[in-house]
Amino acid sequence: MKSEFIPPIGKITQINGQCISLIGNDIDTDRIIPARFLKCVNFDSLGESVFEDDRLTLNGRHPFDLEENKNATILIVNSNFGCGSSREHAPQALMRWGIKAIIGESFADIFYSNCIAIGIPCFTLPKTSIQEIQKTREINFFLEIDLKSSIARSKDLNFILEIKESSRKMFLSGEWDATATLLKNETLVEKKFKELPYSKFEYVN
Amino acid sequence: MSQNTLFDKVWDLHKVSSLPGGSDQIFIGLHLIHEVTSPQAFGALKDKNLKVKFPERTVATVDHIVPTDNQSRPFKDNLAEQMIETLEKNCLEHKIRFFNIGSGNQGIVHVVAPELGLTQPGMTIACGDSHTSTHGAFGSIAFGIGTSQVRDVLATQTIAMNKLKVRQIWCDNKLSKGVYAKDLVLHIINELGVKAGVGFAYEFAGPAIDALSMEERMTICNMSIEGGARCGYINPDEKTFSYIKNKLCAPKNKHWDKALTWWKSLKSDQNSIYDDVIKLDASKVEPTVTWGITPGQSISINQQIPLLDDLSPNDKLVAKEAYEYMSFKPGQSIKDTPVDVCFIGSCTNGRISDLRVAAKVLKDKKVSKNVKAFVVPGSEKVAYEARQEGLDQIFRDSGFQWREPGCSMCLAMNSDKLIGNQVSASSSNRNFKGRQGSPSGRTLLMSPAMVAAAAINGKVSDVREFIN
Repeated sequence: MKSEFIPPIGKITQINGQCISLIGNDIDTDRIIPARFLKCVNFDSLGESVFEDDRLTLNGRHPFDLEENKNATILIVNSNFGCGSSREHAPQALMRWGIKAIIGESFADIFYSNCIAIGIPCFTLPKTSIQEIQKTREINFFLEIDLKSSIARSKDLNFILEIKESSRKMFLSGEWDATATLLKNETLVEKKFKELPYSKFEYVN
Repeated sequence: MSQNTLFDKVWDLHKVSSLPGGSDQIFIGLHLIHEVTSPQAFGALKDKNLKVKFPERTVATVDHIVPTDNQSRPFKDNLAEQMIETLEKNCLEHKIRFFNIGSGNQGIVHVVAPELGLTQPGMTIACGDSHTSTHGAFGSIAFGIGTSQVRDVLATQTIAMNKLKVRQIWCDNKLSKGVYAKDLVLHIINELGVKAGVGFAYEFAGPAIDALSMEERMTICNMSIEGGARCGYINPDEKTFSYIKNKLCAPKNKHWDKALTWWKSLKSDQNSIYDDVIKLDASKVEPTVTWGITPGQSISINQQIPLLDDLSPNDKLVAKEAYEYMSFKPGQSIKDTPVDVCFIGSCTNGRISDLRVAAKVLKDKKVSKNVKAFVVPGSEKVAYEARQEGLDQIFRDSGFQWREPGCSMCLAMNSDKLIGNQVSASSSNRNFKGRQGSPSGRTLLMSPAMVAAAAINGKVSDVREFIN
């Protein structure tokens, strides 16, 4: 395994790193982390099991097993990445393997919000741009992602990335870990609850 | 942007504030938890020194990891035992109601909450499980969340979320005989694709939906997520209200009257505005079976597996992967495909009406010698009702194994797994690579009645040949 895992914290404005391409549409969270690895009460050891079954099938030829990718931090994927189960174990496993940002054609909703909640920005690019990056034979394809401008720069190419404005602002302000923000409105939450029609129904029997 | 739909009304009612980034803070009326996605959330609360804000609005059960053969404690699987113990400890410590094994109310979380009357129209419901969309069948706005959001709901009873767009899926006419809610939802996902629902809530409506029972409606909403929509719902009606009435946690007496008045006001207005509307003819749907590795890769029982040239450019990549993984040839019939394992159960199709339909097909018939068949009731209550009706005996007499409630081989977190490249006929919701516990296992999704038919013949069959 890689060097010790340090979770992201605070503002995220810049992510520079080597890209790793994973080609395929509709790659589901069962493939990212098979269900048997969900038998755990913490996320610590998930990194080594990411894509376990796909990697076993490809016997060393899976992108996550290639020597040249071992320091990669930016994952390049196709459409509907992360569909299926809501297991946060999927982005946690990617993050613990070393992924810090994902660029894809599109993402499944729950996977996307899980990534944001743990500090992995997910960006979209048109299919042609993704394919351009994925086709590159150049080993060690590096990108510098600037969240302020939403631009990714390589040695000779620039990409204008798309990201939900709410997510981008949360990373820039460091408020992507939502708990603190939500806690600020405690009084409003209590007031809201009292206004809800069902707060007055007898509920517990 | 949608206006005056049930989704808009419930969202606006539960909106606590607009957050700086542009998302909304949404109050969660009912929070459901289970053993797989909650331990890390409780761990995070501890790390942050936070309490559970509204413990009475969280309800727990245990489903994913429970064995279905022998549920005596401690479980044989140490990790499974550790997970249930952690949930027991967390519920006790935080004063959360927990429906444990043997309580009479344990089961798959999306089966249990409706049968307890916890799921009610107009509520927001969240759970660390993508099939939370099931509860939308009652006109609630329900969606799956990840563990960090489970932590947020525990700590604040709210989450940060961007409002979804609303697509109405209008289903005309009625399903024909031998065609079930499962066939309809597989058909919808096939028509729209597995990612069409990203960013959307799906409103299922029209005469074909109105005609469905509450349990059938749950099957439809359950699989919204397989079409990419993390939330799917149906406007509540008399069927909804009479299903809830007298359930353990349903409002009673004068509270019932108040609830009913409110619930009746909740449906989408006649003049509501949708971001998108799709219409389809339910009478054209036939028994449907998946042939590939996504729930969108399905065909009618009498169709052939599509040729590459017949598919849109976007679908070709996954189709190629599916032919290879499933060892199917383009143009091949799905009918008569031999099956090794038959599984009836899951939050999609593990309810009493599903068991009744399957038992009707199996009565006085025998499961093929080449097939391992088992039925896993969705909950202790479903199992109890089935025994009262003698369904367990019909299953046993036919050669099905009768198991204890849980998620079982839908995702194979217990010992119920495919072996090698076995083919399963399954009433569950996902045919992903490796989903049913073997990295090369192959899943064919279909209705419980179709699973029963496949079990008898030992191969994929048209259930309409069994029912007259």
